[in-house]
Amino acid sequence: MKILVCISHVPDTTAKINFTNGDAEFDTNGVQFVINPNDEFGLTRAIIFKEQQGASVTVVNVGGTDAEATLRKALAIGADEAIRVNANPTDGFFVAKQLAEVVKNGGYDLVIAGKESLDYNGGMVPGMLAAMLNFDFVNSCLKLEVNGTEAKAVREIDGGKETLSAKLPLVVGGQKGLVEEKDLRIPNMRGIMMARQKALTVLEPTGADSKTKAVKFEKPAPKSAVKMISPDNLDELVNLLHNEAKVI
Amino acid sequence: MSILIYAEQAEGKFKKTAFELASYAKKIAGETGTTVTAVTINANDVSALGQYGVDKVLNVKNDKLATFNAKAYADAIKQAAQKEGAKIVVLSSTTDSLYLAPLVAVGLEAGYASNVVAAPISLSPFQVKRNAFSNKAFNITEINTDVKVIAIGKNSFGLVESNGAATVEEFNPTLNDADFSVKVESSEKVTGKVTIADADVVVSGGRGLKGPENWHLIEDLAAAFGAATACSKPVSDLGWRPHSEHVGQTGKPVASNLYVAVGISGAIQHIAGINSSKVKVVINADADAPFFKVADYGIVGDAFEILPKLTEKIKAFKAQNS
Ligand SMILES: Cc1cc2nc3c(=O)[nH]c(=O)nc-3n(C[C@H](O)[C@H](O)[C@H](O)COP(=O)(O)OP(=O)(O)OC[C@H]3O[C@@H](n4cnc5c(N)ncnc54)[C@H](O)[C@@H]3O)c2cc1C
Repeated sequence: MKILVCISHVPDTTAKINFTNGDAEFDTNGVQFVINPNDEFGLTRAIIFKEQQGASVTVVNVGGTDAEATLRKALAIGADEAIRVNANPTDGFFVAKQLAEVVKNGGYDLVIAGKESLDYNGGMVPGMLAAMLNFDFVNSCLKLEVNGTEAKAVREIDGGKETLSAKLPLVVGGQKGLVEEKDLRIPNMRGIMMARQKALTVLEPTGADSKTKAVKFEKPAPKSAVKMISPDNLDELVNLLHNEAKVI
Repeated sequence: MSILIYAEQAEGKFKKTAFELASYAKKIAGETGTTVTAVTINANDVSALGQYGVDKVLNVKNDKLATFNAKAYADAIKQAAQKEGAKIVVLSSTTDSLYLAPLVAVGLEAGYASNVVAAPISLSPFQVKRNAFSNKAFNITEINTDVKVIAIGKNSFGLVESNGAATVEEFNPTLNDADFSVKVESSEKVTGKVTIADADVVVSGGRGLKGPENWHLIEDLAAAFGAATACSKPVSDLGWRPHSEHVGQTGKPVASNLYVAVGISGAIQHIAGINSSKVKVVINADADAPFFKVADYGIVGDAFEILPKLTEKIKAFKAQNS
């Protein structure tokens, strides 16, 4: 099985979010970047497939040279090779187009992406990629097993979960659950040393226009201070929820 | 140039989000002098849609679509949009709609923006405001294609009644066998309980509740409100509550009107998932808990003492006001 894991390079979850250039750009100053948490679950799932049933695992990112550290980390965790498509990821459509090209040229049969990335939270890339390739697609995937060309997946639904069968080639939008959190792999010394020997190929993008454009960013308006209520005066809370907040 | 919405149902009834989409689309239609068409799948009674501004309903009746199938549903929505010449296709942010929206967008060669939180800022160029960075900021996104697909966050626009009546037309999209390659084998769904995704009020407990044996306190308060129950990540990791209740950045997002957090510290990853809830009430023993910084109303105190009393107060309030 040839697996491609899409890796988004995102600000660490605790990063302070600021903008520059007239609020037109995200300010990367002092921000640490990590593997998108949803992608981390997918990457470990792919590595477990490799260990248990044999597979090759390639990781791919559409982004600038700064993303290479994130790809090296994925290699250190156990991916066999990495690809960086050398382009500024302008929107979900553009990224999906680049990834579709990588999938077609590489003949991958399983593509695992995160159901969304924690920067733009678009949730666009996996579905668009599946549609462009005309592959089967399972989103919000919590569990995945593959047997030959048959896949069994569990996906989240509102208020529960659903078990699906699908066929390879398959695109998965994955999340927490693909592996248990305690089983997530972290790079060890040996992995880091081996990652240095592994191939990181840089590909030039194929021509594609973005269909959307991030024009500007805004921060939420500062919120008014919390109103503290005495635990002995719960009637006041009920009153405020009814008359002031109008939520009950 | 009509505006198309996908009006989603659960157990044979339209979801509240369907009415919110209709209200949203009606506002744009009013500004552009167009009409709103809704596409529904196997709906029996569609009359309620008219009350929120839908002019026409394309009702797809097809047994093959009895269970949700992203590819096939996307195909039906795409063909409905093409038939209507819709320039704007509006979907909601339910798990199912977010599954099929990117497929619709590719099918229509449309630009797609998700997590939209307000009416368009401008119609030409078409600009919408979206949540980004796990609700820590907003992004103004411009869609440059002729046809646009947007997905609207729950409770971000609200319901606007307009007392119209919609005409109904049967619609038979051409479905491809290949659309059904992904098959549902089984599903487990909590029935008869409000789910986090649909709830207007969510009562959520953290590690401060000390153990699963105390969860009746959360459940009782939730029942009094008619709310869904939720929890912080360690609570589901410890197995006190099912994973489906875990909210936050790595769990479910909550965009309710009221979020009551009990014994939850307010770590940034938890807040990321509940930021778009409108009103937040925090009950915590520690006056320095970070959650108070984002709360609207706060109570410093012991959850074990406060919860039973608050439950009684809410019950009494509901009894008086129902
Ligand atoms: C990558 C990443 C992703 C994460 N994703 C999520 C996520 O999606 N969702 C999430 O929730 N967390 C997430 N976390 C974990 C998060 O950082 C916190 O650890 C977690 O939210 C803490 O849960 P808690 O507040 O229930 O527990 P604690 O931190 O143990 O806090 C319990 C709180 O209860 C209070 N308390 C104790 N006793 C009482 C009492 N008797 N009455 C009232 N209050 C009391 C305490 O004062 C304390 O504030 C993530 C972490 C990482 C690193």
